[in-house]
Amino acid sequence: MKTIYVDNNATTRVGPEVVNAMLPFFSEMYGNPSSLHTFGGQVAKYIDNAREQVANLVQASRPSEIIFTGCGTESDNTAIRSALAASPEKKHIVTTNVEHPAVLNLCKHLEKTGYEVSYLKVDTKGQIDIEEFKSLIRPDTAVVSVMWANNETGVIFPIEEIAKICAEKEIPFHVDAIQAVGKIDINLSKTPITYLAISGHKIHAPKGIGALYIKRGTKFHPWLISGSHEQGRRAGTHNVASIVGLSKACELAQSDIKKEQIRVAKLRDLLENKILTSIEKTFVNGDQKHRLPNTTNISFEGIEGESILLMLNEFGICASSGSACSSGSLEPSHVLMAMKVPFTRAHGSVRFSLCKDNTEDEIKFIVEKLIEIVKKLRALSPVS
Amino acid sequence: MWEYSDKVIDYFLHPRNVGELKDPDGIGEVGSLACGDMLRLTFKLDKNKRISEVAFKTFGCASAIASSSALTELIKGKTIEEAEKITNKDIADYLGGLPDEKMHCSVMGREALEAAIKNYQGEDSAKHELEGKVICKCFGVTDHEIERVAKENKLTTIKEVTDYTKAGGGCELCHDEIQKILDNINSKKHHDTKTEAKESQLTNLQIMHKVEEVIETRIKPALKHDSGGIELIDIDHFQVSLKFKDACATCPNSNVTLQQFIEKELQKEISPSIRVKEVK
Repeated sequence: MKTIYVDNNATTRVGPEVVNAMLPFFSEMYGNPSSLHTFGGQVAKYIDNAREQVANLVQASRPSEIIFTGCGTESDNTAIRSALAASPEKKHIVTTNVEHPAVLNLCKHLEKTGYEVSYLKVDTKGQIDIEEFKSLIRPDTAVVSVMWANNETGVIFPIEEIAKICAEKEIPFHVDAIQAVGKIDINLSKTPITYLAISGHKIHAPKGIGALYIKRGTKFHPWLISGSHEQGRRAGTHNVASIVGLSKACELAQSDIKKEQIRVAKLRDLLENKILTSIEKTFVNGDQKHRLPNTTNISFEGIEGESILLMLNEFGICASSGSACSSGSLEPSHVLMAMKVPFTRAHGSVRFSLCKDNTEDEIKFIVEKLIEIVKKLRALSPVS
Repeated sequence: MWEYSDKVIDYFLHPRNVGELKDPDGIGEVGSLACGDMLRLTFKLDKNKRISEVAFKTFGCASAIASSSALTELIKGKTIEEAEKITNKDIADYLGGLPDEKMHCSVMGREALEAAIKNYQGEDSAKHELEGKVICKCFGVTDHEIERVAKENKLTTIKEVTDYTKAGGGCELCHDEIQKILDNINSKKHHDTKTEAKESQLTNLQIMHKVEEVIETRIKPALKHDSGGIELIDIDHFQVSLKFKDACATCPNSNVTLQQFIEKELQKEISPSIRVKEVK
């Protein structure tokens, strides 16, 4: 059975070009880039090149503003903790209540250690209000952390506006851009952001590699302490093969981004429109005007998300759900709950997240199977 | 990804007995949309009072659908008395087991069956009102339900209670109360093992002395109050033989006195194993 993969916000296929670029670094090019000898030292230039590729993708002013980390979560954690360590007298954090757990659960943890956190609310479309954001900022705000695009709904926040406000008030601004990088244009030379988190495996690089942008001049406090790797900003021997993989993935994303933004959005819209017109009681969750081109989050009222996913799975179709049952928790997604999506819809939500590999035929197949599945599950449901 | 057994997947993809019976003899409905699962069970009895037809409709995940369907297969052909004995474990076992986090689906099946039987026995509503005080407000779970499921499934941790009943899986504010219920069950268990230990240590002579003492100091004065009396005839380990005297000898309710008062009093004071019989 062919796999139809529309779960790219969870992870992506490592591109064949990416694998090829990485292979030598598992075998003959095994040197340590920090070594003095030529054999090791020759690897360092691949790390430098990778830094440049990542910087280019987010249009950072200098490659030195990029450090490599172990994953997106590490980037998020490092940035927030660094900002807090830079102003230990300030004990207030501003974030939103729809962040990824890498930020949200860190904030909940910090609350237990004496920090106060203000969680910016979202409206029913998952969008924030800038005026409300301004009202949350205090003289003792140590850091603002807001995601660029939401992983569940794809909703894009007005990051440029928030960045401007933070810059005026001289508050460090961290952006979790893990879902946005490679999918929409990011220009860090024009947007005053202090920290920005990047993850490899969301953009066709392998798992276990991330990056963090740190604006030049930022008072940075490293999280991992050891040798002087990454100019003392992130200790630990370089994960060379994965860094090279991330480099290639960034290069490919950058060359495709203009064309893919349009093509993927067209496919996504086709999927969304076909579902909305051919299946009754279906609703899109999230602000359709400000959304990643690849993501749609749709609720199928009266049926449960895990059941939909497992029936899709029977046809090789991979998607995910914000339902309680699918995640192992007992409550539906915190993002949908924050948007006040009714329970009947939240439990029946499915996220489809596309990528450059998806085709129109796949979309048609998904819709065809979804019609059958929804009919079957609704016949089983006591809610008519 | 959940590790579902092949049977769960089979019963999810090909559910047996889907639907809703017209004019059912019993109808039970449990769960809610807010909680993420809901089950409506209907059954009909044949002339021999056996469940001849049964149907379900379920909103929920794969294991909720499979558990509902398994329940219908389990109760088909059974009498009400037989069906009443089915536990959530029977449902899970029938399906070759469920992941820990999904055990509440089997509990939902058992609850729906209970509600349908209550409805058959005369309760108007299909939704059987759960007894006790609501402990978990997020999922509406009562102390009775937590205690029952915890005892039946030998649960010892809050996580297990959440897996089986959902209680404590939301805001977590009720965790202390759940812990109290668990502590209570466990301390009772300790208590039970303590009395067992105590009684196993009693010699025949000690039992005889104690029985005599309780009869003389507690039972005889109480019976005398109603102009009755008893005579101790024999004590054979835990078997106590008594003869009624005075007003008790002619009282038509002396049997109730024997079981409800004398035997209970001796059990309470000496050992739950004590049995009392009347000799004429």
